[in-house]
Amino acid sequence: MNVMKDRMTLLIFAAVVLAAPLLFAPTGAAYPDLLQRFAIYGIFAIGFNILFGLTGYLSFGHAAFLGVGSYAAMWMFKLLSMNIIPALILSVIVAGLFSLVIGYISLRRSGIYFSILTLAFAEMSYKLAYSVLTPITNGETGLQLDLADSRIMDAPIAEGTLPSTNLFGFEMKEVFWNPTILGYDLQFNYGFYVCAALLILSFYISMRIFRSPFGLMLRAVKTNQTRLNYTGIASRPYTLAAFVISGMFAGLAGGLLATMDPSVGAERMQWTVGGEVVLMVVLGGSGTLIGPVLGAVFIRYFNSVLSQINEQTLHGWFAFGPDWLTNAMVFIVEPFVGKGWELTLGALFMIVVIFLPGGLVDGAKRIGRKLSGADRRAAKVGIA
Amino acid sequence: MDAILLQLLNGLDKGSAYALIALGLTLIFGTLGVVNFAHGALFMIGAFVAVTFSKLMEISKVVLDPEKVDFLGNPAKIKTPYVIEWFGEFGEWMIDYTIPIAVLLSIPIMIIIGVVMERGLIRLFYNRPHADQILVTFGLAIVLQEIIKISFGSESIPVNVPAAFVGPVDVGAFFGLDFSIFYPYWRLIYIGFSVIVLAAVFSFLRFTTFGMVVRAGMADRETVGLLGINIDKRFTIMFGVAAAVAGLAGAMYAGVNKPVFHMGMDFLVLSFVVVVVGGMGSLPGAVLAGFMLGILEAFASMPLIKDAIAAVGLPSIDQIIIYLVAVIVLLVRPRGLMGKAGVMED
Repeated sequence: MNVMKDRMTLLIFAAVVLAAPLLFAPTGAAYPDLLQRFAIYGIFAIGFNILFGLTGYLSFGHAAFLGVGSYAAMWMFKLLSMNIIPALILSVIVAGLFSLVIGYISLRRSGIYFSILTLAFAEMSYKLAYSVLTPITNGETGLQLDLADSRIMDAPIAEGTLPSTNLFGFEMKEVFWNPTILGYDLQFNYGFYVCAALLILSFYISMRIFRSPFGLMLRAVKTNQTRLNYTGIASRPYTLAAFVISGMFAGLAGGLLATMDPSVGAERMQWTVGGEVVLMVVLGGSGTLIGPVLGAVFIRYFNSVLSQINEQTLHGWFAFGPDWLTNAMVFIVEPFVGKGWELTLGALFMIVVIFLPGGLVDGAKRIGRKLSGADRRAAKVGIA
Repeated sequence: MDAILLQLLNGLDKGSAYALIALGLTLIFGTLGVVNFAHGALFMIGAFVAVTFSKLMEISKVVLDPEKVDFLGNPAKIKTPYVIEWFGEFGEWMIDYTIPIAVLLSIPIMIIIGVVMERGLIRLFYNRPHADQILVTFGLAIVLQEIIKISFGSESIPVNVPAAFVGPVDVGAFFGLDFSIFYPYWRLIYIGFSVIVLAAVFSFLRFTTFGMVVRAGMADRETVGLLGINIDKRFTIMFGVAAAVAGLAGAMYAGVNKPVFHMGMDFLVLSFVVVVVGGMGSLPGAVLAGFMLGILEAFASMPLIKDAIAAVGLPSIDQIIIYLVAVIVLLVRPRGLMGKAGVMED
């Protein structure tokens, strides 16, 4: 029964993801760049959720793995080939190794100490990328493609043009189908479908982990680690495995970011970027399957939509009332949109943490129960 | 020798800000057991109290000059700040001493902010997991930071220090040494100021009955409560005091570096590192670690030492020395320099 249900979830998820260019058209978010970011940050959040959602270990250092993944992919682009396959493989491997080292050290402590250790490691990586590791990271300027790069596997390219990332010749940013459906001008590009396929794969992996004995063990860590240890089970190998898996997901996301836009700067490793993935997972619902993806899409969507709203747009929205009302509404709403959208995000995040610890998914479930009357039925059973 | 002394001053200067923030963090942590990610934001708000006050002082009455014209031929404007018009010389003094006055003002403001924060928000989180406490204070930090960004813009805003303390001062001559070390006057004042604040907080806890009760509550909250003392109320006030310490540090810091909205987040990570190195919940540990890490950072960036490290063939570590020390301390001596074992281990 559960297996069937999971298969259905996966199918629906895959269908929604693959149809995203069509589904997001009415929301104004259906341009390839943004959709690709949805998928990439979805992968990042899914990975983070395996650590935080299941084990309860709150890491603020995952930006480091994202950045390392990007740098690794960039070096593959520079040295080997513009084909994304070696780049992605290397970014996952390097991020995995990197997270193994950091995880091995950080996981010797738990609770708040773990959070601060990961925070310290993230800042350390960021500072290193800026200063000492300049030969690898190109410091402040950031790592970019260069005509002089060797790219030993690629055929020589035309003079004066930088090559673009591709998958066996299919260029990532190329739009292969540009139909007009229901009045919306749609764009289907290869890049999004690469990211979408990997997102579905990540979702599937995460689902398998959630349902596996390994996942159960991770949940046990979250529920009561002391008791787990007293039953004679060493919990650290499990948490370390979860940490490395989530680091690899972050590396994959970092690699994908590099395939989208082949340049990377050290600011991708700043701890606030790692803070953003925390926001995504918590907002969507940590410990749930779909929550992280929802959170990622939600934040990325509002990042691009709310930040575009300006006074003019607001005046348009509130034009229905008398002038003073319009002005008052614009005055109230304006600080929360445009440049102030991060304020909305922070406030929303606080509200979710305070009132809805299960995130948006939990909220949807509660509403669903209210509507179907399951609460009342459950209450009746309780009385009986 | 003078180079070493200069770095020592640099270190004390950096360390004094770390120590003040870390002291507040530890106070909150030791009393309420809450990890306050919004503490950097409180520091930042303190700095913006100074900014706001200096802006208020600058509000001027504008009159057109009857004689002079500017380069476009329009009559030039004469600006007279209202405080000068109202109070005359005292007004001028107020403008000059913006930061010290703002520091005094920030005490009641920050205590109110702190108490409201504890009663309105943190109180809801005592029975929730530590992760939730981190998350909600992290969210609050973002909100406070963005409010400041919207109100004051994203550029850093200069605040003038009193004219008497502008520029460098010869420290060497002051101590009767035979060589001169020039150091910014205001930074020296900052070091002295932080020592005074630290001494004040410690004596408050050490020599007053209120402080005694708070220390007793930190040691064993339940027993103090059973003795019929309303410990929650006192802890709330301590939260206000911790916020005030952060605010004081911030308002005073406005003269050292130009305040900018993200300064809180910049200091946050470092002050956490300071707290864990000092030992979670240990007040002297936080102060000691603050100054030590500040000095360490200063010496690591000293050219002499950089050259020495490069000569051994190691990469330069001045950027990451603090984090490196933190990682080592947490692994080798998990309770930090002066912390007790078992604090916040679960």
